[in-house]
Amino acid sequence: MTPYAVCFYLLAVVIIMTTVMAIACRNMVHTILYLVASFVGTAMMFYLLGAPLPAALEVIIYAGGIMVLFLFIVMMLKIADEKRSGQRAGRFALAGMFGSIAYLSACVLLHLLPGDAGVAMKAAFAEPARYGAFVFHRHWLSIEVISLLLLVVLIGALLLGIGDRLNRRNGKEES
Amino acid sequence: MIVPYYHVLLFAGILFGLGVICTLTRRNLIMILLGLEIMLNAGALAFIASGLDAGQIEGQAVVIFVLAVAAAEVSLGLALITTIYRQTGTTDPRCIESDTCELE
Repeated sequence: MTPYAVCFYLLAVVIIMTTVMAIACRNMVHTILYLVASFVGTAMMFYLLGAPLPAALEVIIYAGGIMVLFLFIVMMLKIADEKRSGQRAGRFALAGMFGSIAYLSACVLLHLLPGDAGVAMKAAFAEPARYGAFVFHRHWLSIEVISLLLLVVLIGALLLGIGDRLNRRNGKEES
Repeated sequence: MIVPYYHVLLFAGILFGLGVICTLTRRNLIMILLGLEIMLNAGALAFIASGLDAGQIEGQAVVIFVLAVAAAEVSLGLALITTIYRQTGTTDPRCIESDTCELE
């Protein structure tokens, strides 16, 4: 086993454990902290798989931006303790059985795949400059579409934020 | 040499499954959004692994779009959740439209 492989399996164990803790935790703040650890681990794995720029973006956007946004909302809202769902365990067992059957069949299929899927991948490294040039040459239209999407989301969030106030003001004028 | 391609795929599958479990079993809108985040993250990991396996940079290019979609989804979702909370005083998806949670 190469040092790369050791790193990969260690990171995989860390990521899965932190994610399981995040899902099982009843305290929302702890959940978010566990998920930050999980996303930082995923960023390390991106780096290991030869993607330094996406790794940096993962830390900045996911662990930095999105999780802090969640943290703000969790601290802003007073969330009642989650009640244990009263669904029967049989339903979960059925779902788990179907899910594991699908997963196991995927494992078998990947094992039987023709070609070199079982051979260890060669380590590679995509230089950020080359990566950026590639994205802006080949995918410039998609970048524009994504920026439009972000603009639409910005306007939507703004409307949702001021919608209440607008409604109240309109109600006053009518009455 | 790192690891075989399908080991990364299986790992991404496990992560995706954890996201599905989080989304389906928790009764809290914020946790449902977090589950979606975990799923998107697993998808991004699979894209990067496939890019490395094929020796193409294309796989990594998709990750930027996944990140942007995740950011958009989260900001709009959280705005919706705060609006819902302000109007109904709860983040439990069962209690928003009906009184079933008060009967329990």
